[in-house]
Amino acid sequence: MIQTRGLRKSFQAKKRRRVTMVEAVRGIDLTVAEGEIFGFLGPNGAGKTTTLRMLATLLAPDGGDAIVAGADLLADPREVRRRIGYVAQSGGTWDEVSAREELALQARMYGAPKTEARRAAEAAMESFGLASFGDRWCKTYSGGQRRKVDIALGVIHRPRVLFLDEPTTGLDPQSRINLWDEVKRLRDGGMTIFLTTHYLEEADVLCDRIAIIDQGAVVAEGTPAELKQEVSGDVVSVVLNGSTSKAADLLAAEPYVWALEGQQADRLRLRVGDGASAIPLILRTLDSSGIELGAVELYRPSLDDVFLAKTGRSLRDA
Amino acid sequence: MTLAHDVWLVFQRQMLLVIRTPIWIVVGLAQPIIYLTLFAPMLKQALVSVGSPGTYAEAYLVYVPGLLVAISCFGGFFSGFGLLAELRAGVIERVRVTPVSRQALLLGRALREVVNMFIQALIITLLALPLGLRVPAGDLVLAYLMFILLALMAVTVSYGVALLIRNEGALGPVYNTVAQPIMLLAGVLLPIAFAPLWLKRVADWNPFYWATGAMRALFAGHPGASVVWEGAVVVVALTIVALTWSTRLFARSLR
Repeated sequence: MIQTRGLRKSFQAKKRRRVTMVEAVRGIDLTVAEGEIFGFLGPNGAGKTTTLRMLATLLAPDGGDAIVAGADLLADPREVRRRIGYVAQSGGTWDEVSAREELALQARMYGAPKTEARRAAEAAMESFGLASFGDRWCKTYSGGQRRKVDIALGVIHRPRVLFLDEPTTGLDPQSRINLWDEVKRLRDGGMTIFLTTHYLEEADVLCDRIAIIDQGAVVAEGTPAELKQEVSGDVVSVVLNGSTSKAADLLAAEPYVWALEGQQADRLRLRVGDGASAIPLILRTLDSSGIELGAVELYRPSLDDVFLAKTGRSLRDA
Repeated sequence: MTLAHDVWLVFQRQMLLVIRTPIWIVVGLAQPIIYLTLFAPMLKQALVSVGSPGTYAEAYLVYVPGLLVAISCFGGFFSGFGLLAELRAGVIERVRVTPVSRQALLLGRALREVVNMFIQALIITLLALPLGLRVPAGDLVLAYLMFILLALMAVTVSYGVALLIRNEGALGPVYNTVAQPIMLLAGVLLPIAFAPLWLKRVADWNPFYWATGAMRALFAGHPGASVVWEGAVVVVALTIVALTWSTRLFARSLR
């Protein structure tokens, strides 16, 4: 649904009267499949928004090309605009108009005649649950309400691809979860969603596939589970009632154990590929040798571990 | 989807916003009344010194067309603030990803400013009529046409400058610094006839000076005077230039 090749963008930056070029995006190749929620995870200033704005026809790339929803980004931006929806980080509604009026105007801007636009606005009010506030002026809305309206505006013309720039930044936890449900509902309706985020949890829970971007380049791409596994595997910690070194020798010889990470008096840390399937095997090995097991704990790596492994920094510090 | 349709959509929304902001309407209506009542009595006296009969009718013939030019200049030049506010609010970004024409986004907005200024111009002329202003109807229509172009020019120039500067704090001083001398050298309040020769030569380079001359001739009922077509040429040409410049800048900087 989206395919980019070598997408690049530089900006001029003035520093003490010297103009230097800052490479915001340095050659991005991405493929986003139809009907998936694709997340672009990275710290602020990594080039997420720049990439998104290029794909949404708002910014001309310096190089590379892209096909978005079947239309060529460079050759036919107008056709791309017809097929995509875009919701900016800041949103965008006028203060003294209602959500219903905004929705109708937006529909008309996509070419719908007046009555049809009114009907589309009504349908959007219903499906996004705006009825309770949508006839008041936009300046009276809460952050969560505003965000819902922004997204309803972005999909009023039923686009095939929806771009969301940091959709939940600044939202309270409840509104964030509501918005995730909204995004999943759109995906389940067949829409492809491309979003940027700097929240690990959002990338992990909401996105079907993610690309990690740092300093203008993609450093990793895959499903959250794949990425985490690829980087480090899981860690299983077993607490034993004695015979620790015997258990260590036994387990280290097992094929599914990648490495013995740590050994204390009564505790072993084992790095394995997939913790959930390794635990029964560990139990069996210990059991058959008559070693008594106290407790088992499973540690799964987070996307932050992935980010750390790929960039050498933690996303929280970046 | 035609350009006209898109302009109309944008314009409609803009007018809705005007109607829903009562303070703008109050200020917009009060302004012309204040200008008319405060300055005309002074001008009446001043004109006596250059050999005029010193009637209000005479004063209004000089003052009203000048006031119209002043409105187009000030009202127009300051309209860039609104554009910056909308850029900041994200609404322009939102409508820019729709297939609506880029020119329409700017033109529809400009049209709103022009309509607002035109309503002020109407009020001023209507108020001046019972006070003694007499203008041939045909000439008044021509003067209005020139006013509309002048306003459109000022608005689009202001948009262009706002797009270049992109900073509300700096924009105010810039507009003031440009608008004040342009107004003084257009002779809108005091006719440039009072000025020394060197100042008149400087005024020759001011398009608003030409517009003022043409407007005054039209109000005085001399549509055939050379200042009229000279002024018309200057205003039409500069409006086209300003319009092209700012719409290009808008489309390019925002694509």
